[in-house]
Amino acid sequence: MTELATYNFAYLDEQTKRMIRRAILKAIAIPGYQVPFASREMPMPYGWGTGGVQLTAAIIGPQDVLKVIDQGADDTTNAVSIRAFFQKVANVAVTTRTDEATIIQTRHRIPEAKLGPNQVLVYQVPIPEPLRYLEPRETETRKMHALEEYGLMHVKLYEDIARNGRIATTYAYPVKVAGRYVMDPSPTPKFDNPKMHLSDALQLFGAGREKRIYAVPPYTEVVSLDFEDHPFEVQRFDKPCALCGAEQVYLDEVILDDKGGRMFVCSDTDFCEDRRAHGHVGAMLAPNGLAVDGLPDSKEAAE
Amino acid sequence: MSDTPLLKVKDISKFYGSRIGCRDVSFDLWPGEVLAIVGESGSGKTTLLNCISTRLLPTTGSVEYHMRDETYRDLFRMSEAERRFLMRTDWGFVHQNPADGLRMTVSAGANVGERLMAIGNRHYGNIRNTAIDWLERVEIDADRIDDQPRAFSGGMRQRLQIARNLVTGPRLVFMDEPTGGLDVSVQARLLDLVRGLVNDLGLSAIIVTHDLAVARLLSHRMMVMKDGYVIEQGLTDRVLDDPREPYTQLLVSSILQV
Repeated sequence: MTELATYNFAYLDEQTKRMIRRAILKAIAIPGYQVPFASREMPMPYGWGTGGVQLTAAIIGPQDVLKVIDQGADDTTNAVSIRAFFQKVANVAVTTRTDEATIIQTRHRIPEAKLGPNQVLVYQVPIPEPLRYLEPRETETRKMHALEEYGLMHVKLYEDIARNGRIATTYAYPVKVAGRYVMDPSPTPKFDNPKMHLSDALQLFGAGREKRIYAVPPYTEVVSLDFEDHPFEVQRFDKPCALCGAEQVYLDEVILDDKGGRMFVCSDTDFCEDRRAHGHVGAMLAPNGLAVDGLPDSKEAAE
Repeated sequence: MSDTPLLKVKDISKFYGSRIGCRDVSFDLWPGEVLAIVGESGSGKTTLLNCISTRLLPTTGSVEYHMRDETYRDLFRMSEAERRFLMRTDWGFVHQNPADGLRMTVSAGANVGERLMAIGNRHYGNIRNTAIDWLERVEIDADRIDDQPRAFSGGMRQRLQIARNLVTGPRLVFMDEPTGGLDVSVQARLLDLVRGLVNDLGLSAIIVTHDLAVARLLSHRMMVMKDGYVIEQGLTDRVLDDPREPYTQLLVSSILQV
């Protein structure tokens, strides 16, 4: 990387990395607590993952293998740009394969494959404060966190049930971390909430505009809030993935034409490709008569 | 009434710089007693109420509260967590402007249920039933439970605010001009309701008002304030029928007779 000799490794200067690492250590020491940090200007607009990029830049080393996903996909603009950014400023290896990566920066999803103790999941967070829309005063919400006054969080869930007959919050679903702090898991679908619970991997959350870092250390309890008579549930999908036949995964709806045609495919593209490489076939890829994963018999696949 | 005061207020003064908010106020409040603080605008009524209810830190003085475990605690020596817990369980605060005391963007049911959820109630059905019960007690139709307070009239909002405060069964309620801004017939209905609730629940209350009629209807005892000082206090009927201080005489005689 001779032409980049004037750049520091991984873009940030060492003092900034030091400051961010200290914030990360504090965040890990107090699971779910939002640690303020001096967020820097990054060469991308707020909302594109400036918090996550700063976290990744502060922890990445030359040996790391980086994977970046946006809505579960490796090939969307945001993911491609951030991956290219780190290739340029840190010259690290990048991958799209979940099991090969040591650092996974994500927006909106947790990979379907189970993460291991050697992996770090970095979330890009737009709004770190779970109480924001209920209590606009930041001084007040900080006090509520400090005194563990979380009744208001249930007011939001109550409103959901009163209006929709069930808890209709489907993303950014509030969780309680290690029995103490209520945390916004960033706009991940609530489908992914159970994956945060007792995870082997370290989870770091960075909000660049809001200047907050928080963390869930490995093997930490993460419990989704609910009511006794309206327990927490994840989304369910009627059909398996149309390409790889996977069930129990989060699916994206893809509109095929203007006549109501649609398909549901894995939102985690790496997971889907991996399954197909191993011979799993979904309804839309199956040649007629071939056995299809996830469906009782192949007749339905022809629909 | 029991023989120990619920609240002991001693020498409360509040200065805003060199200006006096209120000066050297002392009194005891007994269980089940309703105390009215009257006086003209700027006489220090609201400052005093805010000092007693710990919403403001007084410059000098102490407020001791008789806790449920039969001990007296100085409110300003409690930790903030304890104080806030006390405020949302054992106390209520009814604001003059309902928008200050309500969450205007969530439904009436959630407004009433908030305190229950704050003290750990996690059963939706029970919370909702309690909310319906309280809405009926303050004469709001149960089918309005999912409406937001912004769809309510001024009188309904004020009644909703009262329900929201009383749902945890507090022993002491502070009211700051509870009938201000309401028209006369709605005022009468609200006063009737408050009087009934105070009687039924055996509440103690401190009511700040500039309206002597409100004080007459609701309170057992009243204090008259002027320029930050309490100039006269006594049983409500005594003060209104036989005012001693010239200012009180003026105040009583200034009521319009229709």
